[in-house]
Amino acid sequence: MNLMHYWRAMWGIIGRELWRFITQRERFISALVRPLVWLFVFAAGFRAALGLAITPPYETYILYEVYITPGLIGMIQLFNGMQSSLSMVYDREMGSMRILMVCPLPRWFLLLSKLLAGTGVSIIQVYVFLIIAWFYDIQAPLQGYIWILPALVLSGLMLGALGLLLSTFIKQLENFAGVMNFVIFPLFFMSTALYPLWKMKESSVLLSKLAEYNPFSQTVEMIRFALYGQFDQHAFLYTLGAFSLFMAAAILGYNPSKGMMVKKGGPN
Amino acid sequence: MMSTSLKWLLLLSLISTAHAENVFVTLEKDNALAIVDPIEGKLLKTVPVGQRPRGIALSPDNKHLYIATSDDNTIKVFDANTFKELGKLPSGKDPETFALNPAGDKMYVSNEDDSLVTVIDIKSKKVLKQIKVGVEPEGITVSPDNKWLISVSETTNMVHWIDTKKNTIEANTLVDSRPRAASFTADSQQLWVTSEMAGTLLIIDSQSKQILKTVNFDVPGITNDKIQPVGVIIDKDRNKGYVALGPANRVAVINAKTYEVEKVLLVGQRVWNLAFSPDQKRLYTTNGTSNDISLIDLESQTVTKSVGVGTYPWGVVAKP
Repeated sequence: MNLMHYWRAMWGIIGRELWRFITQRERFISALVRPLVWLFVFAAGFRAALGLAITPPYETYILYEVYITPGLIGMIQLFNGMQSSLSMVYDREMGSMRILMVCPLPRWFLLLSKLLAGTGVSIIQVYVFLIIAWFYDIQAPLQGYIWILPALVLSGLMLGALGLLLSTFIKQLENFAGVMNFVIFPLFFMSTALYPLWKMKESSVLLSKLAEYNPFSQTVEMIRFALYGQFDQHAFLYTLGAFSLFMAAAILGYNPSKGMMVKKGGPN
Repeated sequence: MMSTSLKWLLLLSLISTAHAENVFVTLEKDNALAIVDPIEGKLLKTVPVGQRPRGIALSPDNKHLYIATSDDNTIKVFDANTFKELGKLPSGKDPETFALNPAGDKMYVSNEDDSLVTVIDIKSKKVLKQIKVGVEPEGITVSPDNKWLISVSETTNMVHWIDTKKNTIEANTLVDSRPRAASFTADSQQLWVTSEMAGTLLIIDSQSKQILKTVNFDVPGITNDKIQPVGVIIDKDRNKGYVALGPANRVAVINAKTYEVEKVLLVGQRVWNLAFSPDQKRLYTTNGTSNDISLIDLESQTVTKSVGVGTYPWGVVAKP
């Protein structure tokens, strides 16, 4: 086993994911339509919703559309992470997972490659979304568009690892609706993607606490600061910690002798 | 070695502070003047100036600062560098807005309650004349060619054209309801007047004294009754004009050639008065109820920062 093998395996996985993404035009469009509907329809109705306080990284008054843009970037990556977990379940059902797993490379490496592939796809979606938002007059400082890239890599990996972890619990594709109800919705709505913490505190302290500890909030804040050329250390460390935790659990979960699949009686 | 470099550093910092632009903002409720560094976007300090300060202007040589302290019934003169009070001008009762002539030796004050415009000789601090105008005079300005003094009457809905040599009203132009502020283009050929109640901007030709164009504003998501134009300002090349839209919390950018509203910029609450930076690269707004000023970069036409200054910021002026 030398580095070449690792390289080839990783490119194989990433290439397959990218190819899948490019050929599935519907998937690309639907991945973009979701945040754009939120931006053009939902946010438009709440233009003045944020009221007074100016909170960092913003230095002046902003429209609601500007506020939720980082949240919608998080949403793109969240759905993308869940989608790749869905494809893992599909791969498992179709048997292509077995081919991947018999590859004589460490399992963690294969899973990480899979994650990187998913993250790459989500980053392409995010940049296309940001270009559209630019023409809708949501414009960040130019250097923000470079700063956001490392933030997107980490947040993509974190949300992908979460998806990967979830996929160890899901035995069949049909169970994905459960993921929607029990994971995506609470993660998204109980976060700072749609409302800032101070606004939540006005109505419920408990809700604001939940949102504060929600890793999705922290990843959204990391993206928000990066988009304005700033580094939010707390959010970065929180996201990094969450990624390590989810990744370790996912690797364990995919262990054939001890993992979740064994407990569930293995794949059909 | 260390001490020489330190000296240089000190000298350098002295030079840079000497050249730094300052923005002065009157704080109606705090009875004070806020001094802001617009480059750093920081409030430097506030100094007490008198009761209910509102209108503010700099002398053409930037040495003296005039502030209408309404509840003291006077206009105070300050040193623009040390903020030491140098004297008082006999403005008449409750002065709110005033204007200087281009030479900076005469001042014209609106006396809202008495329906008068008071003409003051600054050097002798004497009242030269009181001119009877319409009910509740508010906006006041002098044309850059020093030909016309404009007084705008809020209740009479009239723009009075006063000859600066004779100090008499030569003509009147009827405008939309509750006119608030007026500003000339740099070439003195046009007068721009805002009407608060009608929500319009009127562009008047100085020659014919007729209205050339009525500009209406429309802000998505804001009801029309909230659009109450007040402060108006036009750049020196007559490319763009800017209007503060009051409780709509927006500044409108108007193409000064086609009179189209090109853009509305979100600023703080109840935006009131406007001032250019000396190089006209930035625009400063006073936001009355959110207690801050917004800094607008005119090249990119974006609001870069809002800086908290104190309670009820009213007037604003920038000193190079």
